[in-house]
Amino acid sequence: MNLSPFGIGLIVFSGVLFVFLIAYGFKVHHGMHRSIFSSPYTVWMILFTVVPLFLIGYYAFTDVNGKFTLENFANFWDSNREMKRQLIGMGFSLEEMGMTARGSVNVDTLVYSLKMAFGCTVICLLLGYPAALLIADRKFKLGPTIIILFIIPMWMNFLLRTIAWMSLLEDNGLINSLMTRLGLPKLKLMYNTRAVLLGMVYNYLPFMVFPIYNALSKQDVRLSEAAQDLGANNFLTFWRVVFPLSMPGIVSGITMVFMPSVTTFFIPRVLGGGNTEMFGDLIERTFLTADNWNVGSALSLLMMVLILMSISLLRKVDPEGEGGSFV
Amino acid sequence: MKKWVRGIYLPLILLFLYLPIVVLIVQSFNAGVSRARWEGFSLRWYKELFASPQIMRALYVTLSIAVLASIFATILGTLAAIGINSMGKKASSAMLTLTNIPMTMPDIVTGISLMLLFIFTKVSRGYFTMLLAHVTFNTPYVILSVMPKLREMNKYSYEAALDLGATPSYALRHVILPSIFPGITTGALLSFTLSLDDFTISYFTTSPLVQNLSTLIYSEARKGIKPTMNALSALMFVALLILLLVVNRRTSADHK
Amino acid sequence: MKKSKITIIILILLVPLLFFLITKLVDSKKPEVTEAPQATATATVQATEIPQAQEVVNVFNWEDYIDPAALKLFTEETGIKVNYMNFTTNEDMMVQVRTSEGAFDIVFPSDYCVERLLAEDLLLPIAPEKVPYVSGLMDWLKNPSYDANNAHSIPYMWGTVGVLYDTTRVQGDVNSWSVVFSEDNKGEVFMLDSIRDSMGVALKYLGYGMNTRDPMELKAATDLLIAQKEAGIVKAYQVDETKDKMVAGEGVVAVMWSGDAQYAINLNENLAYSIPEEGSNVWVDAMVIPRSAQNVDNALTFINFMCRPDIAQMNVEYISYSTPIQEVVDTLGEEYQNNVAQNPSQEDIDRCEFFHDIHDFLEVYNTLWAQVKNAKAQ
Repeated sequence: MNLSPFGIGLIVFSGVLFVFLIAYGFKVHHGMHRSIFSSPYTVWMILFTVVPLFLIGYYAFTDVNGKFTLENFANFWDSNREMKRQLIGMGFSLEEMGMTARGSVNVDTLVYSLKMAFGCTVICLLLGYPAALLIADRKFKLGPTIIILFIIPMWMNFLLRTIAWMSLLEDNGLINSLMTRLGLPKLKLMYNTRAVLLGMVYNYLPFMVFPIYNALSKQDVRLSEAAQDLGANNFLTFWRVVFPLSMPGIVSGITMVFMPSVTTFFIPRVLGGGNTEMFGDLIERTFLTADNWNVGSALSLLMMVLILMSISLLRKVDPEGEGGSFV
Repeated sequence: MKKWVRGIYLPLILLFLYLPIVVLIVQSFNAGVSRARWEGFSLRWYKELFASPQIMRALYVTLSIAVLASIFATILGTLAAIGINSMGKKASSAMLTLTNIPMTMPDIVTGISLMLLFIFTKVSRGYFTMLLAHVTFNTPYVILSVMPKLREMNKYSYEAALDLGATPSYALRHVILPSIFPGITTGALLSFTLSLDDFTISYFTTSPLVQNLSTLIYSEARKGIKPTMNALSALMFVALLILLLVVNRRTSADHK
Repeated sequence: MKKSKITIIILILLVPLLFFLITKLVDSKKPEVTEAPQATATATVQATEIPQAQEVVNVFNWEDYIDPAALKLFTEETGIKVNYMNFTTNEDMMVQVRTSEGAFDIVFPSDYCVERLLAEDLLLPIAPEKVPYVSGLMDWLKNPSYDANNAHSIPYMWGTVGVLYDTTRVQGDVNSWSVVFSEDNKGEVFMLDSIRDSMGVALKYLGYGMNTRDPMELKAATDLLIAQKEAGIVKAYQVDETKDKMVAGEGVVAVMWSGDAQYAINLNENLAYSIPEEGSNVWVDAMVIPRSAQNVDNALTFINFMCRPDIAQMNVEYISYSTPIQEVVDTLGEEYQNNVAQNPSQEDIDRCEFFHDIHDFLEVYNTLWAQVKNAKAQ
C-alpha cells in the first residue's frame, strides 16, 4: 500500500467530514456545535499519536519472531534475563559459569533518573520561584524585558550549549584556569553527578520561571493590598495570598521540567563523562546499539506509564486542570 | 531591600544563563579548529559559514519547519482548545488526557514511533514527515497555553453575542479570539522554541538528505564540531536578541 | 445562521487541505545537496560534456569524511552530481539502510557492518574489472576476513585502536594495555564509550580474541572493566570528545582511534600513540553498494575514483586517517611512513584483528556492558 501525502490528506479530509456529520446529528445546544472545532485535532492525534503508540506496543508485547510475550517487561526487573535466556538456548550452563545473578541495571538506572529529575525540579523551583517573583513585581519596569532574556538561551542549539559547559567545567577548563590564576585549588566540576545536575538545571530553568512568572503577573494586585490593609505583614501576605494563587504556575512549571528531565539523554554522556547512564541513554542504547526494539519499546512504555501516573497525581493537587497555564 | 536583592539575584541568574552562550560566541572567533586551544582571533569560520551550502540549507530547513509547524500547530491547537472548552466534563477530560500523552512520551519514543508509522504506511521520510512530527508534538503545548485563557473568559459572552444577533463566526472572531489572544501568542512562541531546537524527533522522522541544524551538528560530533556552528549560533543569537527586544519595546509602547 | 455554520465547517476542513498543499509544494522542491561544479576549469581535466539529464550518485557517509575538493573534482570529471548524506554512528546507518530502499547508491559502513549487511543480503557484488584502481590496495587489505576478496566492499580508510598518552605525565608501560588499567594513572584514563572497543581492549589484555563467543571470557573482561571503574581509574567514557580533551591536557592516557589520535598529536606535541603488544583492533571503513541502489554504474565510477592514487592522497591528507592505497603511502614520504598512528608497521597490523559481526551474541555483549556502565566508583 503506497500512500502519498495526498492520500493521507484525503483520509484526514474524509475523517473530519465523518466526525462532523456525527456531531451535526447531535443538535443539542449551542455548546455542542463548537465542540466540532476539536475534531481535526482528534483525527490528527489518532493518526500521529495513538496509532504510533500501538506500533510501539506491538513491539513491546512481542518477541523477535512476532509471538506474543511478556518477557520484554520482565527484563526490566532482571536486566540479565534476556542474556540468560539466550545463553541457555545456546546450550551454556549458567551455574557453571557463575552467571546466575539478577541484574538490576534497568531498575537502578530508572531510580537514578527519577532522583536526578526530582533534584533538578526542586533546584529549578528554588532558583526559579524567587527569580519569577522579582521579575513579576509590578514596580519593576524592566520585568517584561528580563523575561525575554530568559527565553533566548533556549533558542541556542542544545548540543552547543552543553559543549560550552564542557569548556567551562573541565579540569583544565575556563573556571579551573581562573581558580589556578587566583592561586586556588582546582575543583572537580565535571564527570560527576553534580555536573549532570547543573546541565539539567541550566536547560530547564526557563521552563520553570516562565509559567510562574505568568501566574504571578496576572494576579490581582488588590488581593495583596487588601491583605496588607487587614494588617498582614509582607511575609504573611506572600505566604497566604500570593503563593497559593501562584500554584497553577508552579504545577505547570513542575510538569514542564520533571517530565522531560527523566528522559534526558545527551547531558549525562557529555557532562557526566558517560560514567552513569540515565534512562534516556539506556533506551537509546537498547534501540540502536543493541538493536533490540522489543525490550526498548517495553522499557519506553514502562517509563511513560510511570510519568503519566506522577502527572495524574499532580493533577489531583490542581483539580481544575489549570496547571497548563502559561499566560 | 527588595531592590538590593533583585539587583544581586537576577544578574547572578542571568550570568548563569548566559555564561555558556558567551563562551560559545567567543569560541566562534578562534583561529584554531579545536575548542581546547585558542590560536588567535579570526573570522574564518564566519567566512566558511556563508560559503557552506550545507549549513545554509540546514538553516533554511530549521527555520521554515519551525515557522510552518508553529502556524499549523497554533491553528490546530486553538481550534481544539475552543472545542474542548465547550465539551462536557467527561469528554473534555478524555481529550486533555489525550493531549497529555505526547508530552509524557520521551523524544526517542515519539521519534521511533512516528518512524514506525511512516515505514508501516510506506510514506517516504523527508521534509513533509518532519513537519508532521513537529506539528504533532507542538500542538499539545498550544492547547495548554490557550485553555486557561478560555476558562478565564466569561462563559456567556459568546452566548450573549449570539443573542445580540452575531453569527457564530463573527462571535468567534470578535469575542473569543481577542480575549484568548495572549494564550495563542504564548503557544506559538513555545512551539517555535521547541521546533527550533528539536533533535531526536527530527532525526528519526526525516531522511538524511533533509537535515535541520540539530541533526547536522550531531552528525559533526564524530569528527569534531567545527567552530562554524558556533559562528552560526552567535549570529542567530544576535539576530534574535535584537528582534525580540525591538518587538518588546514596540508592544510595551503600545500598552502605554 | 445556517450559512455561517457552513462557513465555519468549510473553514475547518480547508485548513488540513491547505496544509497538505503547501507542504507538498515544499517537498517537491527538494533542496540540492552538492556544491555546483565551478566554472573555473582545472588544468588536467579534459572538458567533459555535462549531460542535460543530470546523473546523480547518492553517497551515505560519515560527516566530513571525504575532501570536498575531491567531490568537486569528481563532478567536474564525470558530470555526475554527488548527493552527500551523513550518518552519525554505524548503528544509525544500519537503521537507515534497512529502512530506506533505493535512497543510497554507496554506503561507507565499518567492517563488521559490512558483514552484517552481507548477512542480511543487502549488498551488491562489486566486480573488480569495473573498479580497476582497486589493484592499488595494500596487500593485506586485498582479502580481508570480513569480506573475502573484497567481493562486496572496497576499503576506503583504515586505522587502529591504540593508546594516546601524554609523554610528560604517563606512568607505566605504554606498550601494554596495562597502562590503562594501572592504578598509577588513576582518575586520568579515558576509555571509549563503545561496547566492542572497550570489551575488545579488556579481552586482548587478558589474552582472548575480540570476537569471542565464550561467555566465560566475556565475563572475565567485564569483571576487569568493572574493577577498573570501581577503582576510580577511569575518568570518563567518551567517544567524540576525547580528542579535544587530550589536546587540553584533561587526561594522561586514552584509548583512541588512530585518526583522532593524529588530530590530537597535531595540536599537542606532548602526545604520542602506541599499539600495545597484546594486540588491538584494526578497522576498515569500506564502500559498499546496496542492493536497492538506483545508480549502480555511477556508484562504481565513484568507488573507482576514490581508489585513484591522487584522489586517495587528497583524502588522507584531509582527514588524517590511514590510506589503503599502497602507492599513496610510498608517495607520502618518511613522516607519514614512520608515524605509527597513520602508518603502523606490518608487525603492528599482524597483532591486530578486525571486528566481526556478532549479531547473535549482541545481547550478551550489551548486557555485560550495561553492568560496566552501572558500576560505581567506590
